[in-house]
Amino acid sequence: MAFLLWPLSVCYKIGGRVIKRLLAGVVGAGVLGGLGFLYYAWYPSIATITPPAASSFSAEQIERGRIVAAEGYCAECHTRTDMGGGPELAGDYKMETPFGAIYSSNITPDPETGIGRWSEDALRRAMRYGVSREGEHLIPAFPYDHFTKMTDQDIADLYAYLMTRPAVHMTQRPNELPFPLSLRIGQAAWKLMFFTPGVYKPDPSHDALWNRGAYLAEGNAHCGACHTPRNLMGAEKKGSAYDGAVVDNWIAPPLNEHNPTPTTWTEEELYQYLRNGVAPLHGPAGGPMSPVAHRFLATVPEEDVHAIAHYFADVDKAAEREKHDPAALALAMEQSKKDLIGPNSDPDAKLYQGACAACHYNAAPSPVLGRPDLALNNALWLDEPTNLFQVMLRGLTAEEGQSGVAMPSFYNALSDADMARLAAYLRRTRTTLPPWKDLEKKAADVRKTVTPIPVNSSH
Amino acid sequence: MIKFKLNGRDVTVDVPDDTPLLWALRDELGQTGTKFGCGVGQCGACTVHVGGRATRSCITPVSSINGAEIVTIEGLDPDGKHPVQEAWRDIQVPQCGYCQSGQIMQAASLLKDYPDPTDEQIDGVMGGSLCRCMTYIRIRKAIKKAAAAMREETASHG
Repeated sequence: MAFLLWPLSVCYKIGGRVIKRLLAGVVGAGVLGGLGFLYYAWYPSIATITPPAASSFSAEQIERGRIVAAEGYCAECHTRTDMGGGPELAGDYKMETPFGAIYSSNITPDPETGIGRWSEDALRRAMRYGVSREGEHLIPAFPYDHFTKMTDQDIADLYAYLMTRPAVHMTQRPNELPFPLSLRIGQAAWKLMFFTPGVYKPDPSHDALWNRGAYLAEGNAHCGACHTPRNLMGAEKKGSAYDGAVVDNWIAPPLNEHNPTPTTWTEEELYQYLRNGVAPLHGPAGGPMSPVAHRFLATVPEEDVHAIAHYFADVDKAAEREKHDPAALALAMEQSKKDLIGPNSDPDAKLYQGACAACHYNAAPSPVLGRPDLALNNALWLDEPTNLFQVMLRGLTAEEGQSGVAMPSFYNALSDADMARLAAYLRRTRTTLPPWKDLEKKAADVRKTVTPIPVNSSH
Repeated sequence: MIKFKLNGRDVTVDVPDDTPLLWALRDELGQTGTKFGCGVGQCGACTVHVGGRATRSCITPVSSINGAEIVTIEGLDPDGKHPVQEAWRDIQVPQCGYCQSGQIMQAASLLKDYPDPTDEQIDGVMGGSLCRCMTYIRIRKAIKKAAAAMREETASHG
C-alpha cells in the first residue's frame, strides 16, 4: 500500500526536494516492504532428528493416527499410480495441474528420501503453515490451506502413524513447473494472498456433530480441494465454496444447494455414499471419488462419516429442499420406463434399450439398489456430460461404486456419435434441463483421457 | 493374475487386464455355456451375474471383476433346476437356443428385483436380450411361470 499512497499524498506539490523525498520514500517503502515480505516468507530449517523408534508410540496413538491418515486420504496422493504403481505413501504420485505436472513427496519414515528425520514439530509446521522441515514453502497442491485447521493432537497422532510405516527408499521425479512458478519464494506470495492459517474454531451456534463434521470436511478431509472452483492462481475461490469444479477430467459436483440432482442429498444419502460408495437415490461413486469411500471412509469410525454427512446435509440445505423429493422421485420413475414399453421406432431409444436399459430401468415406487437410475443421477444433470461419458467409456470395477458389482466398459462398443446420441437422448427424456451442446466432440475429448483402453475389443 | 469366485469356487486367471470376461470364462476356464453374440453389449447373449447383477461379459474387462463373485449358466443351480430353468424346459422356450443362457441369466436377476413382474417390468429389463428366433412370447410366459413357482416355494418354506 505504501507504494500507492506516497505519490497521492505529494502530487500537488512537485519540486526538486519533493521528488527526491518522494524517490527516497518509494525506495524506502519498497525496501521495507521487501524486507517485510522476506521476513514473512522466511522460515528456518528445523533440526533433523534420529528417526524415532516404533516403540516410542503407543498402539492406541498409532491407531488414532491411522484414522487421521485415512480421513485425509494421504495415501491417495502420496502413492505413485502411473508406471505400474508404487509403494504406499512413498510419493511420486503424478498430479496434473494447469501449471505443469508435480510429483508428491515420500512420507514414509525413510531417513534420506522420506520424512524419517522430521520431528513432530516439523510435521506440524508442514501441516499448519505449508513449510517443509528445511524451511521451504510447499506447493499448495498439498492442501495445507485445509490441514492448517487440524488440532495438535490429530497431527501428533498422524506423526505416530507415519513414523511407524515401512520406510521406503524412493525419490520422486522432479516437478515440471515452469520458471518463475518453480521458485519456492513465489509460494510465499501465494500464501500472503490466499492463505489463512489457524486451527478450526467450533461454531457455537451448531451442535457437536455438526462441528465434528465441519472440522473434518473443512480440515483434514479437504473436500473443497476438489469440490470448490479455483481462481487463476489455483486458490479456492472465496464465496464459491462447494460450487463444484473440474478435477482430473471429471466434474466434482456441487456439494451445496446448487447440486442439481432431482432428489436431495440428505444426511442418509450422503452417509451411504461416503461409507459404502453408493447412495440408493443417487447411484454409485465413480472416478476419483470412489477411493474416498472404499479405501478410506469405509475404514474409519462410522460416527465420523455420519458427522461429515450431517455437515453437508446442512451445507446443501437438505432440510429445506427434501419436501420436493417424493414428487421428484415419482417423476423419475415415470421417466425411467420411457420408450421401453411397447413398440418404439426412435433409433436413439433403441440404442438406449440395447446398451443400457436392462441394468438402468426402474419401476415405481423407487429404484432397486444395483439399478442406478439415470433420471436421478448427477451425471445427467450437470452442466456438461463429462461424468456420463467417463463412466460409459470406463465402466465401473467391482471395487468401485457399489461393491462387488461392475459396469462394462463401452469404450469399443459405442462410437463418439453413439455416445453423443445416448447423451442427448437421456438429457431430453430423463431430465427437465436444456440440451447439451457439441456432444460428439466432447465424447471424443473425454475418450482421449481414458488410457489405457479398459477392455479389448471382442471383435 | 486376476482372482475371483466362479460358480462358488475360487479361480485365478493369468490374462491381460483388458481381456473381456467372456473370453476368460470360455477360453481360460472352459465355461462355454455363456455365448458370444454381438460383442458390443447390445444383444445380451453373454450375460452372466457379477455380484448377483446381470452383466454383459463381452465388454466387461476381467480385471474389473477382480475379487467379485461370478455366476454363469453352469452355476445358476447345481442340478440345472433353478425355477427359471424348469419353466424354460416346461414351456420349451428355446428354438435354436443360442441366446437362451443369456436370457435365463437376465430373467433370474429380473425375478430378484421384481418377484412378481408385470409385462412392463419384463419389457423394461428383458428388452436388451435379443432372440433371432423370436421366442419372446414363450420367454414372457416362462418368466411368469418361474415367478409363480418361486413365490409358491417362498410361501411353503416361509
